[in-house]
Amino acid sequence: MNIPVKYKQKSFWVETFWAYVYLLPVFIILGVFVFYPVFKSFFMSFTEWDMIGTQKFVGLENYQDLFKDRLFRKSLINTSYFVFFSVPLTMLISLFIAILLNTKIKARSWFRIAFFIPWITSPVAATMVWKWIFNYNSYGLLNYFLLKATELVNWFAYVFTFGNAEHWLTFAPLNWLNNPSFTIPNLIILSVWKMMGYNIVIFLAGLQNVPNELYEAAQVDGASRWDKFRHITLPLISPTTFFISIISIIGAFKIFTQVFVLYEGTPGMLNSGLTVVFYIYTKAFNDWRMGYASAGSYILFFIIFIFTLIQMRLSKKRVHYS
Amino acid sequence: MKEATNVQLSNKKTTIGVSYRTKEKIVRFLTYLLLTVGAIFVLLPFFWMISTSLKTPSEITSMPPKWIPDKIMWENYKIAWNFAPFAKYFFNSFFVAISCTVLELITSALGAYAFAKMNFFGKNTIFLIFLGTMMIPGEVLLIPNYMTIIKLDWIDTYKALIIPWIVSVFGIFLMRQFFMTIPDELHDAAKIDGCSRFRFLWQIVLPLSKPVLVTAALFKFVGSWNAFLWVLIVTNSPGMRTVPVGLTFFSSDVGADYHLMMAASTFALLPILILFFFLQKQFIQGISRSGMKG
Repeated sequence: MNIPVKYKQKSFWVETFWAYVYLLPVFIILGVFVFYPVFKSFFMSFTEWDMIGTQKFVGLENYQDLFKDRLFRKSLINTSYFVFFSVPLTMLISLFIAILLNTKIKARSWFRIAFFIPWITSPVAATMVWKWIFNYNSYGLLNYFLLKATELVNWFAYVFTFGNAEHWLTFAPLNWLNNPSFTIPNLIILSVWKMMGYNIVIFLAGLQNVPNELYEAAQVDGASRWDKFRHITLPLISPTTFFISIISIIGAFKIFTQVFVLYEGTPGMLNSGLTVVFYIYTKAFNDWRMGYASAGSYILFFIIFIFTLIQMRLSKKRVHYS
Repeated sequence: MKEATNVQLSNKKTTIGVSYRTKEKIVRFLTYLLLTVGAIFVLLPFFWMISTSLKTPSEITSMPPKWIPDKIMWENYKIAWNFAPFAKYFFNSFFVAISCTVLELITSALGAYAFAKMNFFGKNTIFLIFLGTMMIPGEVLLIPNYMTIIKLDWIDTYKALIIPWIVSVFGIFLMRQFFMTIPDELHDAAKIDGCSRFRFLWQIVLPLSKPVLVTAALFKFVGSWNAFLWVLIVTNSPGMRTVPVGLTFFSSDVGADYHLMMAASTFALLPILILFFFLQKQFIQGISRSGMKG
């Protein structure tokens, strides 16, 4: 056996001792609140326990029951629906704004601050403001804007038809919060608004790494704005895009607080806002089915893990690392 | 060279007969227009929040909505503040956020120093395992951690709100990257002068690392201030609630009194907004450098 030289030196082991002393607080906290619980909830997912009686081993029953549970399936569908729209929409809008900000404009930092503010605000307070904006009366801000937009369209119709089309469109205030089919769209609007600033800042950092000479060369060759975007910007910022999409998908799968606040602790009308984390929360802290809820949390873990793996795979093939 | 290209291009006419320079001007105008409209829409909810918070109840439901209230009702803030124990909520939030931040900086600095500047048995393996924990969603840990808190009899205590959050693998990673840029020669020189390892970390490495310490502290503070689910679970009595959790209970109590709800939301947002106002550069640089997750 070949033992590395450093293992024979006393100084190496002295340093090892001190390194472990420095890492001691980290080891203790991670041990108690990360390593232990990650295994514990895995084992718990095979048991049945209400925190009072005895813990009973049930094998895979929790997982089987979960997939049979209509509500759990609904929570998966709701969450996927949310992730599928909110993440690409946020990224698209953010990339567009980041590109606008990446030109030679004055007050860039002010614009960046403006777009960034929603991201640092407390989800609870921000959601409360949106709850008021979504108010179902015509004085709810969103309804008011839609009303104004309708009037504007009608005015144009009136002018262009020389007075023949009066009241072309009509608008009745929408009941945003009490209509189950609006629940996920509401959350998407909220999430785009809140996450945009973060995406913009990271996209902007990515865009600033693209060498200007490339654009200048393309300019000389007579490339259009779209050509430049398609063949220079997009390939060169793909590591950034990849990074943002991973972080956003993982974050979006965990949505909880917004639903909780928007619908006052309920999962929305007819469970239309029941997300996976909301389901886990309810099972654990309302029904006290700890094993069952743990199984649910492991399914969430698994989904997030799969996404991370897929993204890593794709990144190796498609992402252009300069 | 660049100027020459521009001159040449500006003479070239595009197909629709608009000169390059005019086209640039239009594009620039549109850029400003879109950004301004976008920024207004993003900030509008905040404006609406403040505007509502200063209205009388009857003015809230007026049609068309009033952007600026006729009479500024500062009393709304007093009413909202006294409606629930917000002073206590703010104290709890500040106490928890500051403790978490300070303790996290200490544990991260110690840990990061070991990974950056020391040679020890199992270093790479331990570091990889630590990084691996960043993939674990907090929701998986929620239930067993709640049970640990019960077992420790920490329900409704500051310990439950602080201790589980005083270590951040991300913080360790961030600081390690920074510490590694500090030349080893500095340590060797200090060692010759009889400087102990701990003193070296405390008196030389940390003062050099101010930017990364500020970044780590900011994100911990904001994260801790905005934390919701964990606080909801491990606190029972109103006296232990932090601002976000207190705010949800407040909102179910006041019901449709939106002027009070918006007043409370405004002061709940204020500390973070003030912090951001003064340190926005550090916030934005911190994110664009590290891609801190939310």
